[in-house]
Amino acid sequence: MEQMEEILKDFLVEAGENLDRLDQDLVRLEQSPGDQKIIGNVFRALHTIKGSSGFFAFKRLEKVAHAGESLLGKIRDGRLTLNADMVTTLLAALDRLREIVRGVEDTKAEPGGDDAELIAVLHALGEGKVASVARRGAPAPASAPPVPAAPRAAAPTPPAPPARATTPAPASANIDSFLRDFLAESHENLDALDRAFVALEQAPHDRALLSNVFRTLHTLKGSSGFFGFWRLEKVAHAAESLLGKLRSGELLLNEAMTATLLGTVDGVRESLKHIEQTGQESGKDFSAPIEILKQLAEGKAVAAPAAEKRVAPVSAPASPLSPALSPGGGEGEKSAGAAPAAPSAADSTVRVDVGLLDKLMNLVGELVLARNRLLPFAVNHADAAFTSATQRLDGITTELQERVMKTRMQPINHVWSKFPRLVRDLSAQCGKQVNLVMEGTETELDRTLLDAIKDPLTHMVRNCVDHGIEPPDTRVAAGKPAAGRLLLRAYHESGLVVIEISDDGAGINLARVRQKAVEKGFLKSEQAARLTDRQATDLIFLPGFSTAETTTSVSGRGVGMDVVKTNIENSGGSIELSTVAGQGTTLRLKIPLTLAIVPALFVGCAGGRFAIAQTSLLELVRLDPAQDGSSIEDVYGAPVCRLRGKLLPLVFLKRELQLDRAGDLQSPPHDATEAKVGDCESPAPAEPVTIVVLQSESHRFGLVVDEVHDTEEIVVKPVGALLKGIPAFAGATILGDGSVALILDVAGLAEMSGVATKLRERPPVEDAPALRVAHPDEKSLLLFHMGGAEHMAIPLDLVTRLEKFPRTSIERSGGREVVQYDGGVMPLVRVADFVEGCPATVDSADTLDVVVHHAKQQPVGFVVGQIRDIVTAPLRVADVTRQRGLLGSAVVNNQITGVLDVPAILKAARPEDTPKLMPITPIKN
Amino acid sequence: MPAPNNCITFLVDGQLFGMPATEVMELTRFHELTPVPLAPPTIAGLMNLRGQVVTAVDMRRRLELRPRPEGQQPMNVVLRREDVLVSLLVDQVGEVIELDDSTYEPVPDTLRGVARELVRGVHKLPGRLLLLLDPAKVIAGLTVAPRRSALATPAV
Repeated sequence: MEQMEEILKDFLVEAGENLDRLDQDLVRLEQSPGDQKIIGNVFRALHTIKGSSGFFAFKRLEKVAHAGESLLGKIRDGRLTLNADMVTTLLAALDRLREIVRGVEDTKAEPGGDDAELIAVLHALGEGKVASVARRGAPAPASAPPVPAAPRAAAPTPPAPPARATTPAPASANIDSFLRDFLAESHENLDALDRAFVALEQAPHDRALLSNVFRTLHTLKGSSGFFGFWRLEKVAHAAESLLGKLRSGELLLNEAMTATLLGTVDGVRESLKHIEQTGQESGKDFSAPIEILKQLAEGKAVAAPAAEKRVAPVSAPASPLSPALSPGGGEGEKSAGAAPAAPSAADSTVRVDVGLLDKLMNLVGELVLARNRLLPFAVNHADAAFTSATQRLDGITTELQERVMKTRMQPINHVWSKFPRLVRDLSAQCGKQVNLVMEGTETELDRTLLDAIKDPLTHMVRNCVDHGIEPPDTRVAAGKPAAGRLLLRAYHESGLVVIEISDDGAGINLARVRQKAVEKGFLKSEQAARLTDRQATDLIFLPGFSTAETTTSVSGRGVGMDVVKTNIENSGGSIELSTVAGQGTTLRLKIPLTLAIVPALFVGCAGGRFAIAQTSLLELVRLDPAQDGSSIEDVYGAPVCRLRGKLLPLVFLKRELQLDRAGDLQSPPHDATEAKVGDCESPAPAEPVTIVVLQSESHRFGLVVDEVHDTEEIVVKPVGALLKGIPAFAGATILGDGSVALILDVAGLAEMSGVATKLRERPPVEDAPALRVAHPDEKSLLLFHMGGAEHMAIPLDLVTRLEKFPRTSIERSGGREVVQYDGGVMPLVRVADFVEGCPATVDSADTLDVVVHHAKQQPVGFVVGQIRDIVTAPLRVADVTRQRGLLGSAVVNNQITGVLDVPAILKAARPEDTPKLMPITPIKN
Repeated sequence: MPAPNNCITFLVDGQLFGMPATEVMELTRFHELTPVPLAPPTIAGLMNLRGQVVTAVDMRRRLELRPRPEGQQPMNVVLRREDVLVSLLVDQVGEVIELDDSTYEPVPDTLRGVARELVRGVHKLPGRLLLLLDPAKVIAGLTVAPRRSALATPAV
């Protein structure tokens, strides 16, 4: 009974695999309807399902599979040409089979149901009639995709030669993968038969065992027939017949039968070897053993082999096969392992439990750590023998690590193989035409990662079909081919796996995204308007965001891209989206090869050592004001520095980890009193600082640390539940000296420090051209936009601070606008009023961007439109035709930018006439 | 396998505490600790226990007792709970004793503060009292890193 369950389990697994493969093959077949190899493959898979189901008396499965097989048979023989209707119906049949198999899995019995309609359609199609069947669960019937059918069916497909003729050329290297599968499977089956016959000899009544053998022989027969190995098929058939009698109890297994059967197995094995070497069946036939098997099946005693038990019968059927076959072939093959025979397909692979691989990986991680601990000793040790032994160990460890990592690698095709079917069904459902192109299917990555990205990838592919690619008529109207193109591409790039999903569809309507963001209350409308396109695309990753007009069964419920993003980021990866209206969308995922061992940079801060994964590391920068005058500057109270002309927000590690007041980490600052945020002053401007430039998602920032140590490969260890609440740390690792070091979480730091939020608020500037060598005429300029005069700038050396004031905080004093600032009042100057050609400003936003300038120790606030960025550009002093209020112009990003003439504006505005320092209670800040 | 009533005893600031031996994975000498910035003060740091990272809890702080004098090295009582390793830093590890229900008494009403929460009961041993700790509760209060303002400064 138990054995029976075992067999059933095998059947279910096999059926599941076959169905999955059928899915892919059918879709591929639709692309190339004439491909005999695929047709044969499909035919064979269906046949196997039919055979196995018949054995278990799963009548529904058998009937459906049979109907499908008949249709395929006609297509294979060239009597019919495959069309979309057929594919749809066959896919429906697959779904039905899968449904039944699932039922069997759950209940151990075939679920009830009526497949008559489906079978009738399959038959009708087989007779060349036009028919279709509604797919269960899928709203659109086969009528929806008349799409790919017409052009392809019209294409004259020459009646393909029968499958047999396409058997690969007799060169072992050319044996195609299906044949190899067949060989591997058959070898396994033969080995199983060997064992089973021997076991049967001990227990000739064992029904389960008999059934098992019967089934194995049947599979062998079916597969051989499919490949056109007629001789094999015949001998398998003869053996099967004998087994049938044995199973039904008509005959009882005797020694002669066992011997003959075993001999047959050996003969078949020989024949398989020949096939493996030449790709073709050997010319010898099995007439002798077949005759014996037949006689045995008829209950006649066969004298010859009975006497000598094994050896003779083995040689008897085998001898007509090949003269090379030594007597006792089966045993000879095993014991003669010394013979330098090429390993057969079955021998060259081993199935290993994934748990074992994971354990191995952990052990290798430990070994790497132990190695790391050992290496410093070798360096400090003069003994040459010891040093060389350590080096050897080092080399082996590295190689072992790579190899073990390799064992966990799987081609991305494991995930992608589901997509052809998915895309086909979806596009049919949405009434679209999509050509799926997959490149780099063999790109490998760690299987845990593969699992992690499976769902996100599926989701994105769904999105592309549903949202991305337009319906055919829209596409044609836009001058594109009716069929959309969905490209999946995977490749390795600098230690990462990059996966691209791109479509040539409509692209994302960013105006619509902005509008939606406002409608859903994510943003205020003026904020939305301020967003750059890139920031607007990022909105798509917000939870609950969807621009789909209607929720379809496919997508549009607004749960999606945020989950995708979270999943990818949890795997240490990142995701980028770029879109061009009317041309398509590209999603780019970057995923580490493995999670287990990562190269990391160690930095020092307040006496502690922290690791930063190198995947987020961009570069190391040292700011030395004494050397080149570079230093930390201030934008809106946030420290920044300039890196090749761009502003880089800075995060002080000491401040974020609250190590600034407690001194050394060696004496933990435990109950150091509550930190007052901001009581830590940035390093004095004159001191050099070390900055680690990091990239977290789309945010780039500089992490200010005390010192930079070396890089080391680290094994990430979980920190444990107790510390999960601290976003600054991603985990811990054990260093070479055995101590524990914390791994910084770059994204967490960005969030904590507010860099992420600030960056979101501050519109980034389009890439500035790389900074030229400092030129005497070059000046640092603060760029801003203002009403009608879009491009304006103010020399940075005249700026002390940048501030934002709520509009409501503006007061009037002596007819002038003032605000309370820094314990006093600060007059405001509306720059627009003093620059020629500038329309008067209207306060539309709730806050005012103010540039603070100190004139004669007194702050003056220039009200500018919107602060953009700081750049360095050569300044040209304007000629006579210069505008009032402007000093000259500079070319920034190919834009003529007006530079304010600050003294002139001050003079015109005369803010010093403002009543000085009214007594005002100092404002606490 | 220790008997169910076996109890590991240890001293924290002069007070004798006990914990069921079944809960304790091992007792070890002091290991170097790596402090964890931003963690609550009860978390003394992380240590390496044969290749595994273990979070160490300062029991003096956890029980709101006086801080350990400078230079005195604590010992580790390592617990494994739901696959998470936690070490309790105690002043000194005592003997393993077998407890008898006859000496047991529930927590006296006069017991205040955090001890009331963490102590499961009292055993009247000859000459001294043993407070039986509830390991789950000792660890449970720590799982979320509290914001710094919410963090009570231990009574000194």
